Amino acid sequence: MAFRADQPPVSALRPVAITGAGILTPMGADLAENSAGFRAGRTAFRPVDLFDVSRQRVGTAGQVDLPNSAPGVSRKAWQRMDRGSRMAWLAAREALDAAGLSGGEMPVVIGTSAAAMPVGERYYLQAIEGKSKRGQLTRVETYQPQFQMMEMMRALGVRGPLRIVSNACASGANAIGHAFQMVSEGKAERVLAGGYDALCQLVFAGFDSLQALSPSGIPRPFDAARDGLALGEGAGFVVVESLEAAKARRANIFARVLSYAAATDIHHLTQPHPEGDAALTTMEKATRAAGLEPEQIDYINSHGTGTPLNDVAEARAISRWAGDAVSKIKVSSTKSAIGHLLGGAGSVESVICLLALRDQFLPASLNVREIDPVVEFDLVQQPREAVVNTVLTNSFGFGGANATLIFQKEVLS
Amino acid sequence: MIRITGTGAVSSAGWGVPAMMEALDSGARPELSELVRERKQGEPVSTPVLRVPAAPSTLPKSPRLRRVSPVSKFAAAAAMEALGAERVAKAASGEIRLGVVCALFNGCVNYSNRFFGEVLADPSVASPILFPETVFNAPSSHLSALFNSTSPNDTILGDGAEVYTALEIATEWLLRGDCDGVLVVAPEEIDWLSSEGLRLYSGNAIPSEGAAALYLEMGGEGPQLLSIPDPVLLGGGVDRVAALKEAAFAAEASDDGRTLLADSRSGVASFDAPENEAFRAWAGPRFSVKPVLGDCFGASAGHQLVAAVERLRRGDANEALVVTLGGNEQAAACRLGR
Repeated sequence: MAFRADQPPVSALRPVAITGAGILTPMGADLAENSAGFRAGRTAFRPVDLFDVSRQRVGTAGQVDLPNSAPGVSRKAWQRMDRGSRMAWLAAREALDAAGLSGGEMPVVIGTSAAAMPVGERYYLQAIEGKSKRGQLTRVETYQPQFQMMEMMRALGVRGPLRIVSNACASGANAIGHAFQMVSEGKAERVLAGGYDALCQLVFAGFDSLQALSPSGIPRPFDAARDGLALGEGAGFVVVESLEAAKARRANIFARVLSYAAATDIHHLTQPHPEGDAALTTMEKATRAAGLEPEQIDYINSHGTGTPLNDVAEARAISRWAGDAVSKIKVSSTKSAIGHLLGGAGSVESVICLLALRDQFLPASLNVREIDPVVEFDLVQQPREAVVNTVLTNSFGFGGANATLIFQKEVLS
Repeated sequence: MIRITGTGAVSSAGWGVPAMMEALDSGARPELSELVRERKQGEPVSTPVLRVPAAPSTLPKSPRLRRVSPVSKFAAAAAMEALGAERVAKAASGEIRLGVVCALFNGCVNYSNRFFGEVLADPSVASPILFPETVFNAPSSHLSALFNSTSPNDTILGDGAEVYTALEIATEWLLRGDCDGVLVVAPEEIDWLSSEGLRLYSGNAIPSEGAAALYLEMGGEGPQLLSIPDPVLLGGGVDRVAALKEAAFAAEASDDGRTLLADSRSGVASFDAPENEAFRAWAGPRFSVKPVLGDCFGASAGHQLVAAVERLRRGDANEALVVTLGGNEQAAACRLGR
């Protein structure tokens, strides 16, 4: 029962663990490839060949090499899934495998911004061009995000209530946050959660129209002369599980989820409040809920898009949040390496945080030539080996969606 | 005790709950209009639809609403009505921590359609004003801005029964103390893309548009939210009649002859068959919103809920079971009490 009036109130929040993680980004197709890439400080941008970019200001992005099939998935099922859903399936499969689960009954929470937009684009083109309705019903049906995710769940062998969160670029973090709350409040024993987005023409052109894309194709988050973001695509998934259930089945524990906070920035539809008010709110709420002080956070994976306005607002929020400890706070933006994965960003960056915890390193903010004067924290410009016990990740989106998650190594919890 | 203390609606019957209830009570469907567009070769395509009448001058004046597409205007009007002037003022002054959950099926189709058309013609001059309004969470973002609320705001996507999950999220926020009140809004707009898309499923379907809003808080005056079970997943091989029965059973509704049933039938035989079968013997009063208001995609389930709340308020029944067969994701239900 999701809700009933006579249900007793939640008496105590349960500890929550991550028992599985999976990732697919332009950097690589799994946890190992991504860890190696981020530890080596590689970038993963290339010319886009999925659609026509010849008339755009920018022609590069973090495009993924996607396999034509997947082990254990029928050709028919693979074809019913669009590009984004296939990415989601690959990352989710890795997460389930890492958790020692073949599938089963569990709620699924997904974050996405564009969903199956490429299918919608094909429906539109057919509608304006042709007299024939051939294939249009299939396109209408498969365009719907819930259809795609139901297909993905079926191909994973997972069955449970489905929740699709679409809070623009915060969606992936919101999905993990929702899963954390479900488990901590006893609504579910385990939840499969993650986010994804695939490159598509409408969104690519949209960011180009806003002149948000870096003309050089090289994003430089927190650089004084940064000039925009680069888009990417991919997916990140985690299995969020009660610590008790995880221990009972002797599952591998990647990390504990300590807290999640969300807030809304009402300054402007596409611009953050210059002082980062909502970001400050979520960071403060998350650290307070985790019972931590800012100096106890070993690493922040920032939203760090590389746009002039975002990075200033986030840097100011971090300074306000950390106070006197700001110079000790280590921060980077992994969007400098793989681009902005939109609805997938928050979940992919969460998984990158889990890699940092597992492999004890700090991924870098690449391509920085001169640090913006607004930056008072320790901007990690080269990958570093480090003791990493507690990490925080920020995600902000169009419309003012702000989210913060905090993860910690299990041994400390 | 979580109660629904405010309702709002925009529909083909007009702007506001009274206009919707009047249409539902009389059973008179508003007048159809034709949505006409031209293919590239010039031949016209016409689709019969039910449109929302022209916007009244009572829409709130806000910089955020200047360039928005209809879906955001519908959402704003329904939300304003559900909140009422007093609560709007309290939210603006920070007295109420107001959460917003929007449930969408179609999303911002008008601007997506227009923007993609511009991209195909010449992406270098595609409008940067249109693009942000194509993002799914634009309407809910406008609501938070309109009501000066920095509390959580979620947009969720799903089939025609997604608003039940929005209600569930609202209960989570209220029980957790994240908010003092939550606006649950289900807004939809139509254009030729979505209207023609719906009629690919059945040529008898009447696409429509509008919004529904419910304001939930702990206590207050209004019908009580008694239960929202987990939705029953549809998909390959799932019997829809069984799914509907399971959803109703899980909501713990009793067909005692006095419980109101608000269903999601539309008057299209192929769509309605599972509900006709599942609730064939329903003994209590029963109503459907779609035959009157048209198929508003995700907003129709919101209209069902608003109409059920209104009928409980006026004493038509002591309890209501609201049930929706969503299409390709879920059969969902909730139970309300006076």
